[in-house]
Amino acid sequence: MSGLLRLALKLLLSDRGKFVTLVIGITFSVFLMMLMTSMFFGIIEHSAANIINVGAKMWVMDPDVQTPQNAIPMPDYVLDAVRSIPGVEYAMPLYVGSGLVHLNNGSYQAATVVGLDDATLFGRPNLIQGNILDIYRNDGFIVVDDGNYAKLDSPKIGTTFEINDHRGVITGIARVSIGGLFGLPTLYTTYTRATQDLPSTRYLTSFILVQPKADRDVVPIEAAVKKLGYLAVTDQQFVQRNDRFYEFQTALGTNILIMTLISFIVGLSIAGETFYMFVLDNLERFGALKAIGAKSGELVQMIFFQSLVVGFLGFGLGVLLSSALIAFGKLRIPNYAAVITYQNLFMALVMVLVISVFSAYLGIRKVIRIDPFSVFRG
Amino acid sequence: MIVDVQKVTKWFGEESARTYALREVSIDVDFGEMLYIVGPSGSGKTTLLSVISGILRPNAGSVIVEGKDIWTLDSDALADFRLHEVGFVFQDYHLFPRLTVVENIAVPLILRRVHWDEGLQKARKILEVVGLSGKADLPPQKLSGGEQQRVAIARAIVAEPDLLILDEPTASLDGDTGKKILAFVKNNILNERRAIIVVTHDDRIYEYASRIVHMEDGRVTDHTGAGP
Repeated sequence: MSGLLRLALKLLLSDRGKFVTLVIGITFSVFLMMLMTSMFFGIIEHSAANIINVGAKMWVMDPDVQTPQNAIPMPDYVLDAVRSIPGVEYAMPLYVGSGLVHLNNGSYQAATVVGLDDATLFGRPNLIQGNILDIYRNDGFIVVDDGNYAKLDSPKIGTTFEINDHRGVITGIARVSIGGLFGLPTLYTTYTRATQDLPSTRYLTSFILVQPKADRDVVPIEAAVKKLGYLAVTDQQFVQRNDRFYEFQTALGTNILIMTLISFIVGLSIAGETFYMFVLDNLERFGALKAIGAKSGELVQMIFFQSLVVGFLGFGLGVLLSSALIAFGKLRIPNYAAVITYQNLFMALVMVLVISVFSAYLGIRKVIRIDPFSVFRG
Repeated sequence: MIVDVQKVTKWFGEESARTYALREVSIDVDFGEMLYIVGPSGSGKTTLLSVISGILRPNAGSVIVEGKDIWTLDSDALADFRLHEVGFVFQDYHLFPRLTVVENIAVPLILRRVHWDEGLQKARKILEVVGLSGKADLPPQKLSGGEQQRVAIARAIVAEPDLLILDEPTASLDGDTGKKILAFVKNNILNERRAIIVVTHDDRIYEYASRIVHMEDGRVTDHTGAGP
């Protein structure tokens, strides 16, 4: 580190009270920003659980469908039509709905039911207990062991229950990469059983899962499906569509954005004001340095360095605190929907840089204008 | 001659309410000379000192230091001039309270981009010259007024400037300490390659001057010769 920056650091640390206030202000701001954005990304990720867990390359749906939770059933002929599109290697129906489970202890619990194509079981979860072929047994269901598993009384293989007044039996226990958003346990069964056991509209198919022969077939498939009056999207496009729904068509995105902005403004005002006070308190010293022969550029460099040190320290502590809280939340709360991504780390870093630059700017304006003659006047 | 000030005028304020701090002041300073600028408060002593040291731009006249017309330089070059040619001892010392004594002394070297450790090493040697080697690692506020003044002098000379500026060096000191400091400066700091300008209104230290310039109302009113 150059002597000039070392001098800047010593000046910064000389006023411990202001230094600590600056770091705490930015830490608090980063903590709130990280928490808000992590919750948002967590909710978005959990809301797309079915898309990610099923793992199909392409999804066909009604054009009004925005999320995997609000499927609009399609007539059976759509499946045949999609299968006949050139470039489609195979296509399978998927049922997504919910049922009311009557547990052996007499209580009721709503559950998400996913009906997999009978012939291929495409989109099936990874079993940790049981045999996948047992799903074909009478009344067979696979239960997902996630944060909501206990809500079904933690059933074992062979446990029986009622779902919408039909008998069910657990034939396998599975793990999925992401749990659902709404705190419901998930059951997998065959498409036929799901559409038989659960009350349904005239049409049954929630989604059609499509595997294109090659990547270049994606666009022609999308165009051909559009001609049928339906929508075909890749899994990534479906995730983005789901994200946009939560961001812009629910109050969630707006509220999180407002809270993030408030956190940013809190950090900006605490850091800006405290750093400005720090510079004011040290104005005489900066004036002395200027009189001795420090150039304005060097003083600017020192102030930027001081504000960046405080900014990065606050950023590190804020990330550490928010990570610790999220880790604690994940330990204590099933399917706690918060996730730290590179995006929200980057976003918080950019905001901290803005706070640092703004704080430095306030100080620099003052220091640039200081007249070294004032040092002589005392 | 190290300093040649020619017809320097400095005023403050707008045309209608202009206050003259200096009116066509001309003085010169030679190497090896300890020049005192004396006069009552408001006579323009400190303004003249600031103009000579490249801190306050005059409205008219020229200041030649070591053959360089300093007020033709841009702000960065002026900062370089102050850093390399001038050593300052401010009236209130302006030492940095959280830096140790030796770090305070090293500040001009650090501004000159000398490596931190090398700067401290040189500062320790200068500290021996001012007789404070045992106090190198103390914060300046732990020192007496006279010791702080010595630290300020050490900081002013650490980069070996040719021109040393002392602004009211005895203002915060008792009579004896003030005399000791000035005697020390004259005997240990002044040499043939350096000039010292002292602004003061403390007549108890006039005896250490090589020459005294008297000022009043922004004008030089008298020159007197060397002290005893």
